Amino acid sequence: MSDASAGPADAIAPVPERAPVSARARARPRPRRVDEDPPLVRWGLTLLALGFLSAFVLVPCAAVVVEALRDGVRLWWTALVDPDALAAIRLTVLVAAIAVPLNALFGLAAAWSITRFRYRGKSALVSLIDLPFGVSPVISGMVTVLLFGAQGWFGPWLVERGWKVVFAVPGIVLATVFVTFPFVARELIPFMESQGLEEEEAAHVLGASGWQLFMKVTLPNVKWSLLYGVILCNARAMGEFGAVSVVSGHIRGLTNTLPLHVEILYNEYAFRAAFAVASLLFLLALVTLVAKKTLEWRQHHARHAARRSVTP
Amino acid sequence: MSRAPRRGVLPGFGLSTGFTVLYLSLVVLVPLSTLAVKSSALTWAQAWAIVASPRAIASYKLTFGASAAAAGVNVVFGVLVAWVLARYRFPGRSLVDALVDLPFALPTAVSGIALTAVYSRTGWIGRHLEPLGIQAAFSWLGVAIALTFIGLPFVIRTVQPVLEDLDRELEEAAAVLGAGRWETFRRVLFPAVLPAAITGFALSFARALGEYGSVVFISGNMPMKTEIAPLLIMTRLEQYDYAGAAAISVVLLGASFVLLLAINRLQAWTRARTGATA
Repeated sequence: MSDASAGPADAIAPVPERAPVSARARARPRPRRVDEDPPLVRWGLTLLALGFLSAFVLVPCAAVVVEALRDGVRLWWTALVDPDALAAIRLTVLVAAIAVPLNALFGLAAAWSITRFRYRGKSALVSLIDLPFGVSPVISGMVTVLLFGAQGWFGPWLVERGWKVVFAVPGIVLATVFVTFPFVARELIPFMESQGLEEEEAAHVLGASGWQLFMKVTLPNVKWSLLYGVILCNARAMGEFGAVSVVSGHIRGLTNTLPLHVEILYNEYAFRAAFAVASLLFLLALVTLVAKKTLEWRQHHARHAARRSVTP
Repeated sequence: MSRAPRRGVLPGFGLSTGFTVLYLSLVVLVPLSTLAVKSSALTWAQAWAIVASPRAIASYKLTFGASAAAAGVNVVFGVLVAWVLARYRFPGRSLVDALVDLPFALPTAVSGIALTAVYSRTGWIGRHLEPLGIQAAFSWLGVAIALTFIGLPFVIRTVQPVLEDLDRELEEAAAVLGAGRWETFRRVLFPAVLPAAITGFALSFARALGEYGSVVFISGNMPMKTEIAPLLIMTRLEQYDYAGAAAISVVLLGASFVLLLAINRLQAWTRARTGATA
């Protein structure tokens, strides 16, 4: 534990004495550690890895940006402020604004129940929470249709009342809730498990009510982990394609989310507009990654700070 | 040891557990149970005719074959990338490290059209494959490329922490005992990384089985040739053949769940192995 921080840093182990870097000193290779690869192997493997990542990730992402801006920023912007595109943006934000808080609330309740109490069937509950990760998006959308579609279980009941779920906004929300269901719980459960419950028990013994306990002790402790889960959940909610595609009915301006709008434009050979809208989603992915990395960095440093304060 | 085990002293057991179970049932369990009910409307003979029709069989072959190929590529290159990221220091390393997570964060429709643009006949990479007689987009290869993309982070993110935690004294000991780097890799590093690599393979494979968004753009969607199983479900749905769609879904889901179970086992094994070596 104590030497964990001394791992990768000393792998490069520079020459110990700080001699002035003359041309001759630079030319003399420093002795290679026994657990280090020869430079040729190192460079070869690094280039191979970078080549793989370029072919599969970097080049396609660059293509999105280049294709989106091919005919200039003005036309890129025109594609984004098109009424159908704006309607798609609004719907995407609306769907995420409903699905993410619901699943965040569920995540908190599930993590509280699973990490704060002992009872039978808990491990089964944990596995069931993971279930939606193993379900194809198309199937996730399909079960919504099987429940609420015209021939579905609740279909006739809904039709009687004139309520429309499938091929309308409620269906899109339901499918999104299903797909993004595990994200917040998956982050919170291991985190709260590792935290233990001493602080909460102390507050409880000191007479805090359940609500005070949650607001003053639990929430401040888990907020960054919660935020992390919410960010991942939001990215999936806004980017979901397969499940939403089954239930949306693809009505422009009404039931079209951003990913579906990309598909419609693409299939109409409106490539520039399709890539313009896609670039917006790419931006969302970048923001998600930056936020994710920032939080990981924060947590990493918080852990190190805690360790330092414990062992002076 | 009759009743009343100590649950814990904190409040909110009933509320949180009740809400968890209710929400789980409403959002996940009840909807999934419709699949079983819907497909049970078919007789065995009808179900078999749908599930084992030549078009369905072709789609399973493509889905499982391309998923396995993609996961295989991801194991080889994933271990390589994880090794490079864990061991070497080079300019832009943290940027490359962040790049690995992009397939997780990028909406599948975006990756679909991006990969199609790059690998089609006129695309940046496709145009260099064309003279070699390789058609990437709108073929089996295109499906495998898309599945490689979406499965790419899994192997890297399971192997990388194992490599970072690995005790370097093992390698030093191997070197002192006279092993070359290759032998050290074969005898020391490879066995240590193997459980994580297999877990990564399974995760990548499981993710690829159900993938839809990134594949439909690049595959060309020709029945019997480049039609993946999730797309076949979609086609059945569009023809309002719900029972048929449900039957194929049950096959696909069954495979996914078996894989998930295997992954759980694998992860336990990985923990045991790394716990023993580190």
